[in-house]
Amino acid sequence: MHASINTQPSRTSSATTPFTSRKPRVLKWRVVDIVVASVIGVASGVIFWAWGLAWSPLSALLAFTPGLEGLLAGGWLFAGVLGGLIIRKPGAAVYTEVVAAVVSMLIGTQWGFSTLIWGVVEGLGAEIVLALFLYANWRLGVALLAGAGAGIAVGLLDTTFTSYAALDIGPKIVYLVSAVVSGTVLAGLLSWLAVRGLARTGALSRFAAGRESGPTDRVDTQPAR
Amino acid sequence: MPAPRRRGPAVTGARVTASGWGWRHAGRSRPAVSGLDLDIRPGERVLMLGPSGAGKSTLMHALAGVLGDDEDGDETGELLIDGRRPSASRGRVGLVLQDPDSQVVLARVGDDVAFGCENRAVPRAEIWPRVGRALADVGLDLPLRHPTSALSGGQKQRLALAGVLAMRPGLVLLDEPTANLDPDGVVEVRDAALRSVEASGATLIVIEHRVAVWQHVVDRIVVLDPAGGILADGPTDSVLSAEAERLAAAGVWIPRFPPATPDRRPRSDGPSAEVLLSADDLAVGRVPFARKQAVVVAHGLDLALRAGTATALTGPNGTGKSTLALTLAGLLAPAGGRLTATDALAAGLGPAPHRWRSRDLLARIGTVFQDPEHQFLAGTVRAELTIGPRALGLGGAEQTERVDALLHRLRLDHLADANPFTLSGGEKRRLSVATVLATRPRLLVLDEPTFGQDSRTWAELVRLLAELLDTGTAVLTVTHDEQFVAALADARLTLVPGTGPASGAP
Amino acid sequence: MTPEIRPSAIAGVNPVAKLAVALVISCALMLSIDWVSAAVALALEAVLLAWCGLSARQFWLRTAPVWIAVPFAVLTTVLYGQDSGAVLFSAGFVSVTEGSVALALAIGLRILAIGIPGIVLLATTDPTDLGDGLAQVLRLPARFVLGALAGLRLVGMFIDDWQSLALARRARGVGDGGGLRGRARRFGGLAFALLVLSVRRGSKLATAMEARGFGSDEPRTWARESVFGVRDTLVVLIGAAIAAAAISAAVLAGTWRFVLA
Ligand SMILES: Nc1ncnc2c1ncn2[C@@H]1O[C@H](COP(=O)(O)OP(=O)(O)OP(=O)(O)O)[C@@H](O)[C@H]1O
Ligand SMILES: Nc1ncnc2c1ncn2[C@@H]1O[C@H](COP(=O)(O)OP(=O)(O)OP(=O)(O)O)[C@@H](O)[C@H]1O
Ligand SMILES: [Mg+2]
Ligand SMILES: [Mg+2]
Repeated sequence: MHASINTQPSRTSSATTPFTSRKPRVLKWRVVDIVVASVIGVASGVIFWAWGLAWSPLSALLAFTPGLEGLLAGGWLFAGVLGGLIIRKPGAAVYTEVVAAVVSMLIGTQWGFSTLIWGVVEGLGAEIVLALFLYANWRLGVALLAGAGAGIAVGLLDTTFTSYAALDIGPKIVYLVSAVVSGTVLAGLLSWLAVRGLARTGALSRFAAGRESGPTDRVDTQPAR
Repeated sequence: MPAPRRRGPAVTGARVTASGWGWRHAGRSRPAVSGLDLDIRPGERVLMLGPSGAGKSTLMHALAGVLGDDEDGDETGELLIDGRRPSASRGRVGLVLQDPDSQVVLARVGDDVAFGCENRAVPRAEIWPRVGRALADVGLDLPLRHPTSALSGGQKQRLALAGVLAMRPGLVLLDEPTANLDPDGVVEVRDAALRSVEASGATLIVIEHRVAVWQHVVDRIVVLDPAGGILADGPTDSVLSAEAERLAAAGVWIPRFPPATPDRRPRSDGPSAEVLLSADDLAVGRVPFARKQAVVVAHGLDLALRAGTATALTGPNGTGKSTLALTLAGLLAPAGGRLTATDALAAGLGPAPHRWRSRDLLARIGTVFQDPEHQFLAGTVRAELTIGPRALGLGGAEQTERVDALLHRLRLDHLADANPFTLSGGEKRRLSVATVLATRPRLLVLDEPTFGQDSRTWAELVRLLAELLDTGTAVLTVTHDEQFVAALADARLTLVPGTGPASGAP
Repeated sequence: MTPEIRPSAIAGVNPVAKLAVALVISCALMLSIDWVSAAVALALEAVLLAWCGLSARQFWLRTAPVWIAVPFAVLTTVLYGQDSGAVLFSAGFVSVTEGSVALALAIGLRILAIGIPGIVLLATTDPTDLGDGLAQVLRLPARFVLGALAGLRLVGMFIDDWQSLALARRARGVGDGGGLRGRARRFGGLAFALLVLSVRRGSKLATAMEARGFGSDEPRTWARESVFGVRDTLVVLIGAAIAAAAISAAVLAGTWRFVLA
C-alpha cells in the first residue's frame, strides 16, 4: 500500500439529532426481551453448575468456620439481578434466575430438583426489591439491594431446608448474614458492573439499559459518497 | 397435459406499497433508507439491488415487521403490505436473513422447519408433509431428527430457506440467500425458491449483488439509491439495457460492464519467487472438545505459497477450505504431514507457524475469518483498525495514517465512529479485511473476502490486494468468486470432497 | 447439551410427569431430616433405576456431582451439626456427638435420595420435549417456553464459539503474552466476549424468530403433540407412593423430624 491518499478525518458531526427521547415505558415483554433473558439465564446456569462443582471443596475449606459457607451463596444469585437490570420488565429477575437454575439442573447438580425451588425463591428475593422501586430505578444502590434481597431469600431457605438446618442457631445466623453479604457483592455489585460493561460494547443496543450508558454511533452528516 | 399441482391451495401473493418511506437507525444521524416510493404487485418477482450499505437489508427487515419499535429508530412515510402495517402482517411474510448462522431456532432439523408453520397456526396434520416437501425442495437430504448444530454454512442457508418456504408466506423475502454457497449450491437454492413461489403464487423479493444469477428468472429490478429513493426501477430487460452504464457506475454488478481490474502481468520471477510457506502431505482438521485426536477433513495437500503471488483455494461447501486456511495461517496445528515456514517468512522464528506467539504472527501472517463478527474486538470502526498497528508498536502518526487511508479506500470513513456490529453485511466484511491490511503482513490468508460486495468496493479490494502483491506479499484466498480468481489468482487449488486436492492453473 | 437418549421405559414418559415425580419426592424429603425416610426413598428409587435406560458409565458420570458432595456435607455436619447424646470428640468449635453423627448420616442419604432421581430423569429428557410438555400440558406461555428453548440451543454453541474467539484473538495479535496474570486477564476477557457474543446472537435470533411469525398474540399450533396419558399418570402415582412410603416409614419408626418444628 504505497498509494498516498488524501483522507479527510471525518469528525464533522455536530448537528446530529438527539436520539434518546423519553418514551412511555412498555412493560410487556418483547420477543427480544424473552430471548436475551433466556440466553443470560442459560449462560448463568452453566456458571451455576461450575460453581456447584467448585462449591464442595470450597465449602469444605470453610468447614472450620461454621456458617461462613454462606459467603459462597452469591454465586447462585447473580442471574436474577443481572436479568432484572438488563431487561427491566416485571418478572425478569425471577425468569432469569429460574432459567439458570433449571439449566444447571439439566446439566446435573447434586441438589436435583430442589434447584428449581431455590431458583424461584432467590429470583423472588431480587424481584421484590426491583418491584419496590416500581421498575423505574436501576442505579447501583438498587442493584445492591436486589442482591441483598436474594441473599436473604437463600439464607432463610438454606437454614431451614438444607443440611444447614442441622446447624446450631449461632452458625445459622452467621450463615444468614454471610449469604446477604455475598448476595450484595457477588450478585449486586458484580451484576451491575457486568451490565455496564455489556452496555459499553453496544451489545445491549436494543435495551434501555444499553442506550443510557452505551455508546452512540456518532456519524458525520456528510453523505457516504 | 398440464403438470399436476403438487401443492395445496395457492397462496395469494402479497402487495407491497411504500410511499415516502424511510428509516433511521437509533444512534445514526443519516437514515439508512429515505424517500422510498414503491408498488409491487402480488406475485411479482423482484430483484433488489444497490451498493453495499444502501439500506437493502433494512428495507427487508421493515417489510418483515422486525425492525423494532420507535426505540430502535425513526420511521417516516408509510410502508404497507396488503394495505396493513408490516407488524400486523407477521406470518404473512417470511424473511431469510443475511446471516445464516443466526437463524437456526430449534435443535432438530425437522422442528426448526416446522417452527414457522406452528406460528402461523397450521394444523398439525398438515405441518409434517409441508416440512418434508420444503426440505426436499431446498435439497437438504437429512433425517428430521438431525441436530442443527452439526450443519455446515451452506446447509444452514438451505435450512433457513426451507423454514420460510414451509410457512407458505404471501411475501417471500430473501437477503443474499446464496452468499456462502458453492456455484452448484447457488443454482440449487435459487431454483428451490423459484419452484416454491411459482407453486404458491407468492410475491418474491430477493437481494443479491450478482445480477447474473437471477437476471433471467425475475420480472423486475429495483435499485436502491444510498442517497435516498430509487436509482432505477422497471422490467429486468429494460433496466439492464437502458440504465446499465449508469448503474454499473453506481456499483451494481452488470454482466456487460464488469468492474475494471488491475492489469497484473505475470511476474517475471513468478514460479521462482521466494517460497514463504510450504506444505508437504499436509492433513488438516479440528480437535473436538475434550479430545486429543483431530478429525481430519482434508489430507495429502502439497502447496507452496510464494512471495508476490496469489493462490486461490476453491471447492464445494464443507470440504475443509476454511480449516486449511486456518492451518496455513498458524492458528490450527497441522493434523498430519509438514507445514514449513521458510526463513523469509519466519524471520528468525522456528519453521512451525502455529508455535509462534500471537504478536509475532501479526507482521508475518494476517488472517481474515469467514465470519467477520468473530474478529471484532473494539467498540468503533476506527478503534478496530488501530488494534493491529498498535500491537505492532507503530507510532501514533503512522497508526492514524494507515487507518485513515484504509477507511477512505474501503468507503468506511463515514462509519469511523460506528460500532462494528451495527454495520451492514458488506461493510462488516470490508472492515475485517481492512484490519489485516493495516498490519501489512508478508502473507495474507483471506477466507471469502469478497462476499456481499458491490462492484465498486469489490474493485477497490482487488486493487488493494494487487498493490500488496506487487510489493511482494503472498496472498491465499478461499473463495467461490470466479471473477476474483480470474482477476487476481496466479495459481488455484481446488479441494475435492473426501480426497486430496486437485491443483491447476487459474 | 442435548443428551444422547437411548430408548427406555422412562425416556418415553412425558417430561412433565418426570418433573412432577422428582418434585414430589424432593419436597417430601426436604420436610424432614432423618435417615429412615431418606433410606426408604433411596432404596425404592434404586429399584426403578433399572428402567431408566442409562448405561453404567452415563449414570456415574451424570451423578458424579452428588457423589462428590456427599462426603463434604457429611463431614460438615459431623463437626458442626446440632449436638445431642454422648460426646465423642470435642475441640474448640468442633464437637462430635452421637447426635451429630446420626444427623450426618441422614444428610448424606438425603442428598443422594433428592439428587439422583432429578439427574436420572433429566438425563433421559430431550429439552425440546420438555418444552413441548411445559407449553402443552402445563400451559405455560408459549413465548417464554420457546424463547428459553432457543436460548438453550445458543449456549450449546459455547464451546465452538470459545474456540473461534480464541483463534481470532491470536490472529489479531492479542492472543498471548503477559505471563500468568496476562493469561488470567485473557481468560476473563474471553469469557466476557463470549457473553457479549451470545447476547448479540440472542438479539439476532429474536429477529429471526419474529421473521418467521413468532411472537404475535395469536394462537399457535404444535407440530409435536405432548400427551399426558395413563402411563404418565401411573408414573406420577409411583412417585407419590415413594414419597408417602418414605414419610410413613419415618413416622412409624419414630425418626421423623419436621424441619420447621
Ligand atoms: N442495527 C443497526 N444500527 C445502526 N445502524 C445500522 C444497523 N443496521 C444497519 N445499519 C446501517 O444502515 C445502513 C444500511 O444498512 P443495510 O444493512 O440495510 O445495508 P445493505 O444495503 O443491506 O448493505 P449490504 O449490501 O452491505 O448488506 C448502513 O450504513 C449500516 O451501517
Ligand atoms: N468449529 C468446527 N468444529 C467442528 N467441525 C467443524 C467446525 N467448523 C467446520 N467443521 C466441519 O469441518 C468440515 C470442513 O469445514 P470447513 O469450514 O473447513 O469447510 P469449507 O470448505 O470452508 O466450507 P464452506 O465453503 O461452507 O465455508 C465440515 O464438514 C464442517 O462440518
Ligand atoms: Mg444487507
Ligand atoms: Mg469456509
